[in-house]
Amino acid sequence: MKKYQVKVNEKRCKACGICIGLCPKEVFGEDYLGKAVVKDDGKCTGCKICELHCPDYCVEVGETA
Amino acid sequence: MNSAYEKYFRQDRLPHIWCPGCGNGIVLSAFARAMEELNIDQDKTVVVSGIGCSSRATTYVDFNTLHTTHGRALAFATGVKLANPELNVFVFMGDGDSSAIGGNHLIHASRRNIDITAIIIDNNIYGMTGGQYSPLTPTGKKATTAPYGMVERNFDLCELVKGAGATFVARGTVYHAKQLTDLIVAGAKNKGFSVIEAVSQCPISYGRRNKMKNALEMINWQKEHAVNVKAAQKMNPEQLKDKFLIGELYRAEAPEYTAEYDKLIERVQKGGK
Repeated sequence: MKKYQVKVNEKRCKACGICIGLCPKEVFGEDYLGKAVVKDDGKCTGCKICELHCPDYCVEVGETA
Repeated sequence: MNSAYEKYFRQDRLPHIWCPGCGNGIVLSAFARAMEELNIDQDKTVVVSGIGCSSRATTYVDFNTLHTTHGRALAFATGVKLANPELNVFVFMGDGDSSAIGGNHLIHASRRNIDITAIIIDNNIYGMTGGQYSPLTPTGKKATTAPYGMVERNFDLCELVKGAGATFVARGTVYHAKQLTDLIVAGAKNKGFSVIEAVSQCPISYGRRNKMKNALEMINWQKEHAVNVKAAQKMNPEQLKDKFLIGELYRAEAPEYTAEYDKLIERVQKGGK
C-alpha cells in the first residue's frame, strides 16, 4: 500500500476547518487557534480532498516511497 | 505547494485577502490546475476581472491580467480579444458583477459568441460591500438589504446565457473541485463564448445570516444539493426538488465573432461590399 505525507503550511492557514471536516480518515486535528495540524498521516489514503479544497493552498499531500 | 499553484500564482501576493473558508480560493486553484492541464502559454493568456471579491482573482494569478470596472470585465475582454484574437482570454466575475451591473455585457458577449471563457463565481451575495442581495440570492434567503428574506425571484444564470446564445454552458461547485477543473478545460477548448458558473460559498456575509454557520456546512450543502446532469435524467421531479444541476449543461455550434470579423476585414480589403 502506498504511503502519503501530509504537510500544512501553518503560516498560510486561516483556520477555516474545511480540511479537518472533509477528511474521511481524520488525519487532521486542530491547534489552540483552530488551525489544522497533521495528527496522523499514516491513515491518509491520498484522496487529496484536503489539498483540492484548501482555499489558501496550504495543504499538500505527497507520496512517500 | 502543488506545482500548478507554484507556476500560476504570484507567490509574492499570497496569502490572499479572502476570508477564512471563502470559496474563491478553491475556484482559483481549480483554475490553476485547468491551466496546467491545458499547458497554456502564460504570455499568450489574459485574465480579466471586474469588481468584487471574486474579481480579486486577477491579483493572484500570474498571467497578463486586467482588473477593470464594475460589471465591465466582459467589455474589456471583448476589446482584448478583438485586438488580438490569438490570445486566450479568461474572465472572472461574481454573481452580482456579471448578472446585475454587467448583465447587458453578459448577454451581448453571449449573443456575439466571442471566444472568451467566463468563470462566474456564484456566492449568492455581494460579499465585499457587506452582504447586499444580488440577482442570484435565492428567494427567501436573508441579506443585509433583505433582512426579512428575499422576495424577488432569482436568476438561473445558465439558462440566461444559454438563451442569449452562449455555446458552452456549465455549472460546477466548489465541493466538486475536480469536475470544476474539467469544466474550465472544456470551456477553454470551446471556440466561442463559454460560461462556467462556479457555485461557491460566502460563510461570512451569506452563511451566517442563513443558518449555515461555517464554510464546511456550506460545502456539505453543495454536496447534498448538486445533482449531475446525467444522473438527473434518471430522476423524477419529486427527487429533483430543491436540487440544482451541475456538469456540462449545454453545448452548441455557432459562428465565432472574431473569426467572422476577420472574414469581414478580408472581404472589405479586397474591395468587396
